[in-house]
Amino acid sequence: MRELSLNILDIAQNSISAGASLIEIEVSEDTVKKTLLIGIYDDGCGMTQEQVTNVLDPFYTTRTTRKVGMGVPLFKLAAEQTGGGLKIESEKGKGTRVQALFKTDSIDFTPLGDVASTLVVLITMNTDRDFIYTRSRNGESFVLSTAEMKAILGEVPLNEPEVAQWMKDYINEQTNILLGGVNK
Amino acid sequence: MKSLAELQAIKERTLKSMTSRSDSEDNTRIVVGMATCGIAAGARPVLNAFTEEIARRNLKGVTVSQTGCIGMCQYEPIVEVFVPGKEKVTYVQVSPEKAAKIVADHIVNGNVVAEYTVGSIAK
Repeated sequence: MRELSLNILDIAQNSISAGASLIEIEVSEDTVKKTLLIGIYDDGCGMTQEQVTNVLDPFYTTRTTRKVGMGVPLFKLAAEQTGGGLKIESEKGKGTRVQALFKTDSIDFTPLGDVASTLVVLITMNTDRDFIYTRSRNGESFVLSTAEMKAILGEVPLNEPEVAQWMKDYINEQTNILLGGVNK
Repeated sequence: MKSLAELQAIKERTLKSMTSRSDSEDNTRIVVGMATCGIAAGARPVLNAFTEEIARRNLKGVTVSQTGCIGMCQYEPIVEVFVPGKEKVTYVQVSPEKAAKIVADHIVNGNVVAEYTVGSIAK
């Protein structure tokens, strides 16, 4: 994957397949420790301990179920090649939490890329689910919540083109404010 | 600066122009493969190109959706177009530029872009 935002899109698709109704996505950066944490948390069907072990193995998993495959191993690799790592916690019937930690000063750190596009695709393609996106940096953060948007929009769907454009602009603008106008 | 309050204005504007845009059986469907293989090959900008082109042309009765891996990963991004009453058309190695042409030629004018279809490369 050329951007970590594409890994986010890919991993969140697993949450969709798992029937999650709420998917939380966290991107938090610590410029002092030089780390970036990406978390994808869902309330979907979850996995057994055996399945959790299996999703990390691309060769075992691809031939067991169609829901898992290269996605998690690629995300894990992206994290490990920076000196970070990936962890998955899951409970059958409760949901799954995937967290990847990156060392941002590593030469092998993949750029975060266009997270706004990832979120707009996820939200507009799955208007029946809810998403909470939290972007933070050194303790400061902003949040985008589809439940909050739906409350304002009423019967106007989140995949209405003007709404999608607003989301993209809002996320980009809030991110720029958070980063203090520094383009990343 | 963008604020949530703007959504209220968008809502009022949109409700006036919104016709009963049902996701009915008569809709033309554009389905983009969004599994790991599709995403890695560039499906995200392709999906965006379709939704933007359809919005720009204000096309009604056309829906864009996503699907998983359909088993031809080497030809991703793959896009399937379902026009009611017609056979499914499978486009391969689609780019945002090809997406715009598919909308113009196939969706709007009803002419399949033969050189982008799976039939033109898979031997």
